[in-house]
Amino acid sequence: MSTAAAHVHEEDHGHHHKETFMTKYVFSQDHKMISKQYLITGLFMGIIGIAMSLLFRLQLAWPEQSFGVFEVLLGKWAPDGVMDPNVYLALVTIHGTIMVFFVLTAGLSGTFSNLLIPLQIGARDMASGLLNMISFWLFFLSSVIMVMSLFVEAGPAAAGWTVYPPLSALPQAQPGSGLGMTLWLVSMAIFIASSLLGSLNYIVTVLNLRTKGMTMTRLPLTIWAFFVTAIIGVVSFPVLLSAALLLIMDRSFGTSFFLSDIFIQGEVLHYQGGSPVLYEHLFWFLGHPEVYIVLLPALGITSEIIATNARKPIFGYRAMIASILAIAFLSTIVWGHHMFISGMNPFLGSVFTFTTLLIAIPSAVKAFNYITTLWKGNLQLNPAMLFSIGLVSTFISGGLTGIILGDSTLDINVHDTYFVVAHFHLVMGISALYGLFAGVYHWFPKMFKRMMNKNLGYIHFWVTAVAAYGVFFPMHFIGMAGLPRRYYTNTAFPYFDDLADINVVITVFALIAGAAQLVFLYNFIHSMFYGKPTEQNPWKSNTLEWTAPIEHMHGNWPGEIPNVHRWAYDYSKPGHEEDFVPQHIPLKKGEEELQH
Amino acid sequence: MTLILTFTVLILVAISIWQITKIFELSQVNKENNQVATDADNNYNGKLMFAFLLFLYGLTLYSFWAWGDVLLPEAASEHGSDYDNLMWISFAIIFFVQTITQALLHYFAYKYRGEKGKKALFYADNDRLEAIWTIIPVITLSGLILYGLYTWTDIMSPSQNEEALVVELYAQQFNWKARYAGSDGVLGDANVRFLQDFDGKNLVGIDATDPNGLDDVVVQELHLPAGREVIFKMRSQDVLHSAYMPFFRAQMNCVPGMITEFAFTPVITTEEMRLSPEVQAKVKKINKIRNEKSQELLAKGEEALEPYEFDYLLLCNKICGASHYNMQMKIVVETPEEFEKWMDQQQTFAQSIQ
Repeated sequence: MSTAAAHVHEEDHGHHHKETFMTKYVFSQDHKMISKQYLITGLFMGIIGIAMSLLFRLQLAWPEQSFGVFEVLLGKWAPDGVMDPNVYLALVTIHGTIMVFFVLTAGLSGTFSNLLIPLQIGARDMASGLLNMISFWLFFLSSVIMVMSLFVEAGPAAAGWTVYPPLSALPQAQPGSGLGMTLWLVSMAIFIASSLLGSLNYIVTVLNLRTKGMTMTRLPLTIWAFFVTAIIGVVSFPVLLSAALLLIMDRSFGTSFFLSDIFIQGEVLHYQGGSPVLYEHLFWFLGHPEVYIVLLPALGITSEIIATNARKPIFGYRAMIASILAIAFLSTIVWGHHMFISGMNPFLGSVFTFTTLLIAIPSAVKAFNYITTLWKGNLQLNPAMLFSIGLVSTFISGGLTGIILGDSTLDINVHDTYFVVAHFHLVMGISALYGLFAGVYHWFPKMFKRMMNKNLGYIHFWVTAVAAYGVFFPMHFIGMAGLPRRYYTNTAFPYFDDLADINVVITVFALIAGAAQLVFLYNFIHSMFYGKPTEQNPWKSNTLEWTAPIEHMHGNWPGEIPNVHRWAYDYSKPGHEEDFVPQHIPLKKGEEELQH
Repeated sequence: MTLILTFTVLILVAISIWQITKIFELSQVNKENNQVATDADNNYNGKLMFAFLLFLYGLTLYSFWAWGDVLLPEAASEHGSDYDNLMWISFAIIFFVQTITQALLHYFAYKYRGEKGKKALFYADNDRLEAIWTIIPVITLSGLILYGLYTWTDIMSPSQNEEALVVELYAQQFNWKARYAGSDGVLGDANVRFLQDFDGKNLVGIDATDPNGLDDVVVQELHLPAGREVIFKMRSQDVLHSAYMPFFRAQMNCVPGMITEFAFTPVITTEEMRLSPEVQAKVKKINKIRNEKSQELLAKGEEALEPYEFDYLLLCNKICGASHYNMQMKIVVETPEEFEKWMDQQQTFAQSIQ
């Protein structure tokens, strides 16, 4: 950064002051630093979440076996190396919670919304740096509490990631519903506060701080996705907060919101008049939109990466925006498809079947548009691009089985079986993880000024891609065979004995997939310090973040913020020498702006 | 000792993957340090994309070949065949779409892999194409939605059948009980408050002051007459459970504080089902597996596994605590005569509390 530029920058920010270690790396209000903080916390939580899944996969494949690794990691909860059933339930519960909320909500959305919203819309920072900082530290606090809950005497929460009462409300029902559950609820309440602060900030920033010329219909699809995701979050997360608060009341203050007529451990409890079904409604009012809170940012990232690397405009830009909006709207009126057999009125089941299957339409439009974007492109198969294509593949494979689960009739027999596990892991778990990886490979140079090693990226992708299908494809079969999820072992039913082999196959692939993530971890950490220094715009991308200097600075751009003259997808536009025309390049004389 | 050993092995595995990765990276030092995909990268990754498509097809074919026999067991209820039809139609559509879209996606990724100097086609929009792939899903889904709703209403409408058998399914951590209405055909009132009456002999909390309850019959094994509609009233005394009967394509949650309902007509008796070739093949396969396991167990000086015989089952399918995985009840479907005979041998509530 030249002194002149620094001077201009100083003038832009009259309050500029000297940075200490604390203000720069810890209590930073700079969106780029906060995004790194989100990413690293999210990755750390991801390691815990994935490690847990490997532990319970070992148990499922070889249920009678004793494993030394259980003894080491689980201690008294795995006497002689044999996992305790309560711990199995705790592992699946915390795995789900961590992956859905801490990795794929905060880790994905928190990282890339923070990094890209100001940089891609041409803003100096988020609307409120302070709120942004508070949002991260609340997330950090909730992560710490969630991790702490693993070390509680009776074990962490174990009622499934949906923590349905009464199981989650009554300490008598299982050990995990004691202090572990309290910590879970406290952690989630703080997490929701963090998410709300973040979302409000994103919405305000996108609406108010776009640079000159950046109209809503020139926004990159990443920003559209983050923007709409934030709106869904603001609409639905408060409802989960109320569910959590009411559950805390039932647990600690003797109210009966969700409980009625209970007899447990030889004792009739005093609760009267509440209903667990109410909790299910409240939970899934967030729970289903949450799927899209996780998925939409990944799709946004993919849109950007596929267009850039295909050297082609994203096909059907307006249709992509329309489908994001349609998905967002529909996502708030489909929660009942998780409750077809909960005991709610079957007529509601009909309504929710209808709204649920409608979601397939905008989803299909998105999938077809991605495929058409590849058609006649000049595909630069960078690791980020591979993960984006992988995302489209798992999004289709996982999304299609939604046609079965969203149909109330068909749901009757596959509800809560491994068929569901296969479906949502492919469509939101793996897809969103691919989105996260794609984003990291693509924007690593922007975040850390260095490039990640591409060959390690290729190994990472191909092993993961094969192993992910290897894990989740066979699960459809054991689900259709009628095997319920959350079973500690299947040996109690001789009827399921012939599924044991499939479980071994799944676990072997899971271990391979787990090992492949170590390659990523190495690449990530090593490249952070020793990677090849990046060029200004390594992927020859159109969006504004690549016009900002490589060296990070407060305010993002020295001097004036670039003005925007075109949409983000002028790739391979006829009449231009290069195969990309960044957004800040004015239209040539006589050049038509594509209004799509 | 095993503790230290496992820990060491774990660390060594992690270190070795790390080191292999590092060696791999170092071995490339002499190559051009360009971390953006080159033509060579595009070339081999594009080909791998095509190979991946073949992998997906292969995985699908292999899975069906190896595990196709575990999918959807033979339906044993009246609405089961409607359910299965809808399922297979949906599956056919899914397979069709999956095969085509994955092919296009991966083939394009292979076919249009990048080359220096090539320029992509500037093709941003086509309203007609987009209209087509909006309308096709709309039509397909309308069909599926209508078919699905029709079947759903059929299955879930409250039964008007006066001849139907009313059975209460009662769930608790971690077992099932069933209650029959007895000769009066009416289930007596019940509540968890009454569970402690009669020294715990009141297994499902029947209100002893309700005359309708005195002839109720509470059992631990569910018997159903074939060909007669059964209306299940579900209760739970502690946490959520789910009564899952996969052979009958039936499932409903059991919710403390409320009564949920599901009705179906079993049509194949247990005996008949045991004679079905599909079930016999399955039993044979399972017994082969159990036999092999038994040999291992015997070699270790432990007891052998019992041979498996087919029975219908009721499973718990909502996480309910430590023994969730073993919360089951046997279902016996028999001829109406056998059912009456069995019922006559059971104790009524009035008899059991004396």
